[in-house]
Amino acid sequence: MDFQTFLQQFVNALSLGSLYALIAIGYTMVYGILRLINFAHGDIFMVGGYLAFYGASAFLMPWWMAVIVAIALTTVFGVGLERVAYRPLRDSPRISIMISAIGASFLIENLAIVLFDARPKAFPVPEFFARNLVWGGVHIASVSLVIPVVTAIILAFLLWMVHRTRIGMAMRAVSTDIEASRLMAIDVNRIVSITFAIGSALAAIGGILWALKYPRLEPLMGIMPGLKCFIAAVIGGIGSIAGAVLGGLLLGIIELMTVAFLPELTGYKDAFAFVLLIVVLLVKPTGLLGKNQGEKV
Amino acid sequence: MNTSTSNKPRMSRNSKLTLCAAVLGLALLFVFDGMFDRFTMQIFKLCAINIILALSLNLINGFTGLFSLGHAGFMAVGAYTCAILTMSPEQKEVNYVLQPIAPWLSSVYLPFLPSLLIAGLLAGFIGWLLGVISLRLRDDYLAIATLGFSEIIRVILTNASTVTNGALGLKGLPRFTTMWWAWGSAVVITLFLVLLIKSSYGRAFKSIRDNEIAAESMGVDVFGMKVLSFTISSFLAGIAGGLLAHYLTTIDPKQFIFLKTFDILLIVVLGGVGSITGSVVAAIVVTIAMEALRFLDGPLNLGFMMTNGVPGLRMVFFSALLMVVVIYRQQGLMGKSEFSWDALSSIGLLPRRGARCEKGGKQ
Repeated sequence: MDFQTFLQQFVNALSLGSLYALIAIGYTMVYGILRLINFAHGDIFMVGGYLAFYGASAFLMPWWMAVIVAIALTTVFGVGLERVAYRPLRDSPRISIMISAIGASFLIENLAIVLFDARPKAFPVPEFFARNLVWGGVHIASVSLVIPVVTAIILAFLLWMVHRTRIGMAMRAVSTDIEASRLMAIDVNRIVSITFAIGSALAAIGGILWALKYPRLEPLMGIMPGLKCFIAAVIGGIGSIAGAVLGGLLLGIIELMTVAFLPELTGYKDAFAFVLLIVVLLVKPTGLLGKNQGEKV
Repeated sequence: MNTSTSNKPRMSRNSKLTLCAAVLGLALLFVFDGMFDRFTMQIFKLCAINIILALSLNLINGFTGLFSLGHAGFMAVGAYTCAILTMSPEQKEVNYVLQPIAPWLSSVYLPFLPSLLIAGLLAGFIGWLLGVISLRLRDDYLAIATLGFSEIIRVILTNASTVTNGALGLKGLPRFTTMWWAWGSAVVITLFLVLLIKSSYGRAFKSIRDNEIAAESMGVDVFGMKVLSFTISSFLAGIAGGLLAHYLTTIDPKQFIFLKTFDILLIVVLGGVGSITGSVVAAIVVTIAMEALRFLDGPLNLGFMMTNGVPGLRMVFFSALLMVVVIYRQQGLMGKSEFSWDALSSIGLLPRRGARCEKGGKQ
């Protein structure tokens, strides 16, 4: 493989990895606060993509407006989901909450099949994102440049928010100990709602960027990216925002680079993430940047 | 003790009832076998297969308290093993068009029973292997790791073309899963699980579910028991997979995506996580309802308007049902309780214990 091909693959990997990172942040924030794998996160991602599609093609909004409306509606959707499916089970055994999350994901997927139609839809990609740039023989779709930039901005914003604002402080408190933070007069439900709002907004942004990169919408399109991004979050150390970004980038790079170097493994691409997950869980269960939490009796 | 010795020559009421019910059940199977048309029989058989699947998932999720989402993978292993072993060499040649089958497999040709057992054993072996690797994890990590394993199995099945024929799948398998095979296996497996749960192993499983640390301090080999439960569960899933393969007569890797696990999870949750009776009843009800509600996918007459067919509405109903049950009735149909004749008497469906047992037994 010559250097140019390597560079090409690396750019692709970077953009895919940043996309994974963006979605992984949503998982990691929700998990950090509620200790809940939000199985429906991938489906929220799908809803974001579809809403932008309908905004742009059915309501003929300009693309920036369709994007903003889609993000806003998806955020409301995610917060509503938490209210309906997770809040009533806050004090139930963890398995119940997880079944509820699986059920929610199942329900959203099936509803999407009914409402959005099972046939794939072509996502209208605006001129600006479809442009193809050539730098020194390396072809880059402009959306591949936009994705890492968006991820970097969001990462910076979230790190600032979590470590420098009152809401962020409350979030960290809730994730350390829900009961104690309640005693400290933190409105836990409000913090959880805010977390879900941020997570869902990120999922929507991720879904739209995904649709710009792979312009094909399907009701089940959220499942695989959803699983992989959860894995990315676990690899980075679940609960840590920087870890999610690291895990996402790592996963994107490993996935594309392995295929680039060993093309005969292409068919196994979807299994890489799971193998990586199992290796990480066995070697360092807390992930690369995760903190070790002692077991409570 | 005293009551049983005084009745010694006669069977106790409950065993009589059980015997009556068994005879009645057998008679019913005979009648159904002759009476039902082919389509109804297919659903009836599927009920039995779903009972096995639900029970095996319930063993690991409900009785041992380990949340595993890898069932579709073990089913796939069972289905493929059984299918490949029972296919005649000619059939294999017809099926493996893109790439010929691996030479060591091409002449293997076994009857159904040994194939089914090998399918179960292989699934069980893989379950044991994965259990040893992953059962150190707990709760959601275990769930996601087992889900990962099942996806890895599916990806391997899609790609190992010389063994599994890849994405094309296997077609034209012999229709071995008769009603006797399906219900026979379901009954045997149900009895086995009832005995297992009542044995010391079953009590160890339940103690792990209820409190792992307490179980360990009472001397239960927690890890060993978890692996055992996981292995049995995957063995049973493999058997069910084998039955399913010869029931459908066509299998391909896409059938075993992890959404299949969710279908089984639905049955387990509706029936009651940790109840054998619940799983059996829910498996029958859900399987029949899945067929009965097929009209939801077609054109509907709502009285005031006609809808065109909405494919998928049926699954919306079931997933909404799952949500409602998890949120409002977490214990499902049966909770952790089981069927017993005494329970029937206590709700007045049977005469009280000690009263004379009438013939017929069942209501």
